[in-house]
Amino acid sequence: MTLAKRIIPCLDVDQGRVVKGVKFLDIRDAGDPVEVAKRYDEQGADEITFLDITASVEGRDTMVRTVERMASQVFVPLTVGGGIREVADIRRMLNAGADKVSINSAAVKRPEFVLEASQRFGAQCIVAAIDAKRVSADGEPGRWEIFTHGGRNRTGIDAVAWAERMADYGAGEILLTSMDADGTKAGYDLALVKAITSAVRVPVIASGGVGNLQHLCDGIVQGGADAVLAASIFHFGEYTVGQAKDFLAVHGICMRR
Amino acid sequence: MTSVAVLDYGMGNLHSVAKALEHVGASRVVISDDVATIRAADRVVLPGQGAMRDCMAAMHEHGIAALVDELVRSKPLLGICVGMQAMLTRSDENGGVDGLGLYTGQVKCFNDVPTIEAQRLKVPHMGWNTVSQQREHALWDGIADGARFYFVHSYYCLPDNPALSVGRCDYGLPFSCAIAHENVFATQFHPEKSAQDGLRLLQNFLRWNP
Repeated sequence: MTLAKRIIPCLDVDQGRVVKGVKFLDIRDAGDPVEVAKRYDEQGADEITFLDITASVEGRDTMVRTVERMASQVFVPLTVGGGIREVADIRRMLNAGADKVSINSAAVKRPEFVLEASQRFGAQCIVAAIDAKRVSADGEPGRWEIFTHGGRNRTGIDAVAWAERMADYGAGEILLTSMDADGTKAGYDLALVKAITSAVRVPVIASGGVGNLQHLCDGIVQGGADAVLAASIFHFGEYTVGQAKDFLAVHGICMRR
Repeated sequence: MTSVAVLDYGMGNLHSVAKALEHVGASRVVISDDVATIRAADRVVLPGQGAMRDCMAAMHEHGIAALVDELVRSKPLLGICVGMQAMLTRSDENGGVDGLGLYTGQVKCFNDVPTIEAQRLKVPHMGWNTVSQQREHALWDGIADGARFYFVHSYYCLPDNPALSVGRCDYGLPFSCAIAHENVFATQFHPEKSAQDGLRLLQNFLRWNP
């Protein structure tokens, strides 16, 4: 038997509620994060990721309480991201019951933060979240750069080189989001996923763009991802995690059933 | 009614394992480094996360290392992840670190295994893998042979005595992912993060009378 590929439902959480993070649709309330996470746990989710999209201080305290409630009821790994800027933020989330934290803009600002975090807490709980956008013209070989602030700020950092650096600095895993694909429901940017999975030895989670179950399959088979993350296809009952696993298993992908 | 002490020596997330033990019926779970509190508990969990050198240094600093020697002879003890690795003689991590030496054996790195490189397997070994039960044990009760548990580690245990091993996993090479001896049981995987089968193992631990 071999290591199973993972399916990771992602919850975007704002002020203690799950929201659908798609810009061009109305923001829809998708429920209490603990209830939603429990539902995914029961459906067989391999891990659960939630991203705090709140900027306010009150929102952060709400998030810590949400993590605490979730950790008492959900017994698969939990990853928390959004606003992790210093060692104290990591400590707070781990103490609340998170198993991993994902670090994004703080790493772009100061890459050594990932190194320090990994040495302090271990690579197993440090996820480097990378938001990449294609900068090569059509017909050129693919090239992607890291963007921050929801895709507005171009950093000039090459995505593949950045992923390698994050892995060198002790990130135990990479959460890779295509900013071009995110919210389109047209599938992952498979060339991007392939470029990153070929470059690093740590596991890679593909994210951004899932609209159907075939997209999950493509992320693993064509992109080489170790785990696939999706949000909206699960939130509103389009598919259950169990249906996704059945589909991938039929396509020859090793799943935990 | 059973009380459990989760040994706290300042490493990582102990909340998960405490919550899981409460969920499966432990009447009292304390996270503690206080010798008297730990001695008073019915059962003890030795967790471990992060680097082996830091874990061992913290264990010595908090007086856990000496205490474990005593606990091994007195009550059910469950080691998890680095808590299992720490039971062996020595680990290659961080340039070489001595473990507690409860059992002779080495802890090796997946990066040094040629088949891992050849098969382009990712390190850390992260995710859900199958566990073959090598012999019957009270802690396997109600858990199917070959059930999947959640792993996250870059180093694996190589106990000298193969009879210690009660669970085997395969990742580039077969390795021991669970050992048992008298009142000690230890797992490389994280039962507290392994959904229903993991909770069952913890429940079995609470009921175990070795």
